[in-house]
Amino acid sequence: MSGILVIAEQRRGELRAQSLELITAAQPMRRPGDEVGVVVLGKTPERHVPALSLAGVDEIITLKTAAAEFDPDTFEAALGALITQRRPDVVLVPHSVDSFGYAAALTAKLGLGFATDVFDIRRIDGELVATRGGYGQKVSVEVDFPGRSTVLLALRGNCFKAPEQIGAPRLTVFEAPPITRRSQLLEFIELPATDDVDMTGAEFILTIGRGIGEEANVAQFRELADAIGATLGCSRPIADAGWLPKSRQVGQSGKTASACKLYIAMGVSGAIQHLAGMKHVSTIVAVNSDAGASIFGVAKYGIVGDIFEVAAELRRQFEGDAA
Amino acid sequence: MKILVAVKQVAALDEDFEFRDDGRDVDPDFLIRDLNEWDDFSLEEAVKIKEASPGPTTVVAVSVGREEADEALRKCLAKGADRAVRIWDDAIEGSDPIAVARVLAAAVRREAPDLLFAGVQSSDQSFASTGIATAAFLNWPHAAVVSQLAFTPGAATAVFRRELEGGLLQEVEIQCPAVLTIQLGINTPRYASLRSIKQAAAKPIDVVSLADLGLGAADVGEGGSASRVRRMFVPDKGHAELIEGGAAAQAARLASIIREFKGGST
Repeated sequence: MSGILVIAEQRRGELRAQSLELITAAQPMRRPGDEVGVVVLGKTPERHVPALSLAGVDEIITLKTAAAEFDPDTFEAALGALITQRRPDVVLVPHSVDSFGYAAALTAKLGLGFATDVFDIRRIDGELVATRGGYGQKVSVEVDFPGRSTVLLALRGNCFKAPEQIGAPRLTVFEAPPITRRSQLLEFIELPATDDVDMTGAEFILTIGRGIGEEANVAQFRELADAIGATLGCSRPIADAGWLPKSRQVGQSGKTASACKLYIAMGVSGAIQHLAGMKHVSTIVAVNSDAGASIFGVAKYGIVGDIFEVAAELRRQFEGDAA
Repeated sequence: MKILVAVKQVAALDEDFEFRDDGRDVDPDFLIRDLNEWDDFSLEEAVKIKEASPGPTTVVAVSVGREEADEALRKCLAKGADRAVRIWDDAIEGSDPIAVARVLAAAVRREAPDLLFAGVQSSDQSFASTGIATAAFLNWPHAAVVSQLAFTPGAATAVFRRELEGGLLQEVEIQCPAVLTIQLGINTPRYASLRSIKQAAAKPIDVVSLADLGLGAADVGEGGSASRVRRMFVPDKGHAELIEGGAAAQAARLASIIREFKGGST
């Protein structure tokens, strides 16, 4: 069969921005006559129709489910039924914490072609080819899907721009099959504020990563942050080790540093989740002793060198300012 | 009561490396191997449950891999796993996470544990898929990215927190047996003592074949996989402007970038 299905994600009544990027990614996948359908699931999925009525969307498929929020059993049953009926060529989902919970299961159950964390898709001689990272993002890996009539791809965020023009897609209501849920969402919990810092509003952030070596070294970077007027942030390993509170963690699972304009990363190698959370920042300066660190791939400026030496020299540069 | 922990001996690239002649992977001579970081946390979580359990609890580490995976399994034995199982057959070469999950599911059926833990993802290929695909083959309840877990051995359900994006968490209750993928930071993995490392070296690793699990060559390898690697290549390094010179010169340039930003933002 044919066509492209885009699975939109919503959480607590809000469409997740990454979902809209998939609509743009779907366009070059079209073959003559192909349609792009956007699927949205939830208790009241129709509320998202206006936001999804964008250029490039031919159809919005609302899938009413008993669960208001993401639930693996619900998603797998409902999307499984839809994919089985429609037999699309391509199914696009966001590479996200929720899709981690159902995309591989859907693939295993339906026998789909499958790749995650995909940042580029193309057709080569008509065959779908997806590109993803390998070996800690140090290489790119092209994969294909021989013999698979439907391929599910989880796309990395911030690689495609959401459409800006509005469109007039037709609406379809798809009946989700009844299921018995084997897990129950009890509640959402906001990360407790253990610190009075506001990473979300910070425009200038100095982040430290594993490269600082040990907890005793945190203090000198805290002082450096104060001296240069930056908010001190950290990557996951530093927060996990308890060297800085979790509220200082930036990256995908940490606080969204949405206002950040200047970002200096010292000793942060750049795990993909960290990079994905910071890609919007206009000026990223990476300081790292490893010239091969992935963070240099997103940085505007790169300093290959010893972070302690660079930090000490930088502090000297600002010593006069403090007076 | 039994907890199975799926682990992987991952590979990182040496500073300089070359691709294999067919261009579809890195030449194995240039790979540095280690236990996947996420798996260190899932093993610790299983051992913690075992230690808090009043009744007998067994922790079994399972890996699909060549002989080199024994090193990862011995690490697990040294850190508190009771047994280790390694599954291999040359037909498994070229398997993607879906094919590996099919093998793991067969091993889980054989062991019949109460819980299966897997890392959220591997640090090398980062599909974030193996654990959840295994759950699908087993038709078990499952959840991804668990950052906190409360489970009493023998209980019919477990309660955990999932770490979502942007600092948000979700508390969920799940029916057991279940598959949970474990996030970094859920605990503080212990270091193995020299004594336990020595003891682990003497422990047997149960080596299991595909046939032992009732699987055939068609279930694994490229044929049993949902994707196939066409080629690997070194990506465009991005467009970072390298600031050259010694630390003092580099810091001076960085200081001017900071001052320029501050001038513009105030």
